[in-house]
Amino acid sequence: MKKFSLGRATVYVVLGLAAIPVLFPVYYGFVGAVMGPGDLATYPPALVPHELHWQNISDVFRSVPLGRFYVNSAVQAGAITVAQLVTSIFAAYAFAFLRLPAKAATFSLFLATLMVPWEAIIIPNYLAISGWGLTRGGLTYLGLVLPFLASAFGTFLLRQAFLQFPTELRDAAVIDGCGHWRLLWRVIVPLSKPSIAAVGVYVFLSAWNQYFWPLILIRDTEFQTLQIGISQLNDAEAAQPGLILAGVALSLLPTLAVVILGQRYIVRGLTAGALR
Amino acid sequence: MLMPSVVVFALFVFWPLGRTLYLSLHGNDIFGAPSAYVGGEHYREMLSGEFGKVLATTALFTLFSVVPAVLGALFVVLLLEAHIRGVRALRTAFALPFAFSVATASVIFAVIYNPAIGVANGLLGSLGIDRVNWLTDPSIALPAVCAATVWMNFGYNILVLSAGVSAISPEVVEAARLDGATGWRLASRITVPLLSPQLFFLVVVSTIHALQSFGQIHILTKGGPDQATTTLVYSIYEKAFAFGSSDFGAASAQAVVLLVIMLSCTAVQFGILERRVHYR
Repeated sequence: MKKFSLGRATVYVVLGLAAIPVLFPVYYGFVGAVMGPGDLATYPPALVPHELHWQNISDVFRSVPLGRFYVNSAVQAGAITVAQLVTSIFAAYAFAFLRLPAKAATFSLFLATLMVPWEAIIIPNYLAISGWGLTRGGLTYLGLVLPFLASAFGTFLLRQAFLQFPTELRDAAVIDGCGHWRLLWRVIVPLSKPSIAAVGVYVFLSAWNQYFWPLILIRDTEFQTLQIGISQLNDAEAAQPGLILAGVALSLLPTLAVVILGQRYIVRGLTAGALR
Repeated sequence: MLMPSVVVFALFVFWPLGRTLYLSLHGNDIFGAPSAYVGGEHYREMLSGEFGKVLATTALFTLFSVVPAVLGALFVVLLLEAHIRGVRALRTAFALPFAFSVATASVIFAVIYNPAIGVANGLLGSLGIDRVNWLTDPSIALPAVCAATVWMNFGYNILVLSAGVSAISPEVVEAARLDGATGWRLASRITVPLLSPQLFFLVVVSTIHALQSFGQIHILTKGGPDQATTTLVYSIYEKAFAFGSSDFGAASAQAVVLLVIMLSCTAVQFGILERRVHYR
């Protein structure tokens, strides 16, 4: 018994030690956001704030148009999420229920897009989108979302979910005079909410966190997304870490909310490929 | 109903794929517009130039950001199996990095790594060790960026492996316990083999992810110092987009190399690892 609890104590100690490097950047990201220059801009820097310096929060809005960045990211990620959900639901329905010529070949083409890294095709995409003039003003939004209107991952995951429905369901619906359209929106989609939510959460997070594409595409500060805005804040205010961390903390709030609220959908979505 | 997706993939995946090949075989003027056919010129340049260093950096970055993050997460998940109190809270805590984007995490690490006022040097200072130029010393910058990347991937790995552990049937574990398997033996003979599908998935996904890493390098080091952190994707960015450079031909040739590496990595991993993986 004594030996047993000694082993348990060791587990706690080891886990505690492992937690320090994992949790410190989280702690510092948020606590640093309310630390004053007296704590941050000195050597050695303080680990615990001597006083709460809330001014960072208002200062960061003065340094960069953070509110505007928020709106831009919400428009970009929101539009990509809605569009990918719609196109994926359509495609998944077609692959699961319709008799189509060359269906297997088309499905392999969809899966092949998963193997093509975006970075390997980013140059022609950039040339096309900037050639169409979608890098200036409000058109920037269009340039940000156009290449990401469809998703093989979403199609694949929703097709798996739709295949759970018996084919008799489709036949019965067709006999009852219920067309494909009504079958999809009245029966299939409402019954597949968990899978749709899993795709939605995943797509939203990856769109919101995009870095390479917005970085090269956006020319006007007014249309900058939050991720690029934070990185520019880091370059511009290197001497004021409190200000930078305030921007980081503020930009983290939406993703933290999505991750916490959508936790079970995230696990569902990200293990879709891991579990067989 | 397939049309919307087919059109998007045709326009923004398959056409650009062909176009990348085309650009890689052509020269370009200073504005990036393609000029004459140059054949394998851009590919030959890679053989002679600094491209070997870029590939080596990419390999090191991939190795040292994937392996520690997967093994570290496996270690923590196995410890969390030791029937201790507060497992759920601890698991959530270890998964927290997942909520951070590459950009936000990189900026936090930029502040931590700040040579003059960063916490990393503050800690060393209180231990009586000299300051380290985390991001500007050519021999330290790559490990520092790798360490930040390990942190970024840690939460995801915890989530995947935890889901795998909770899918292991309790009867199997109980039977092993009755047979006297505990601690290390239980982990190495039962849990880890049963986790092999998740470990396999993580290695594949993390490798693909690491090969595509860009944000942390752009934010932390801009590929420097002295090209020490210029990975393949960062090199593509530098040639095509950085500082008004529009060398689309050479950059496209590198993009083709990236494509080939990614495809062969996936193929090799499936070929070698699939046979060692235990599926239920």
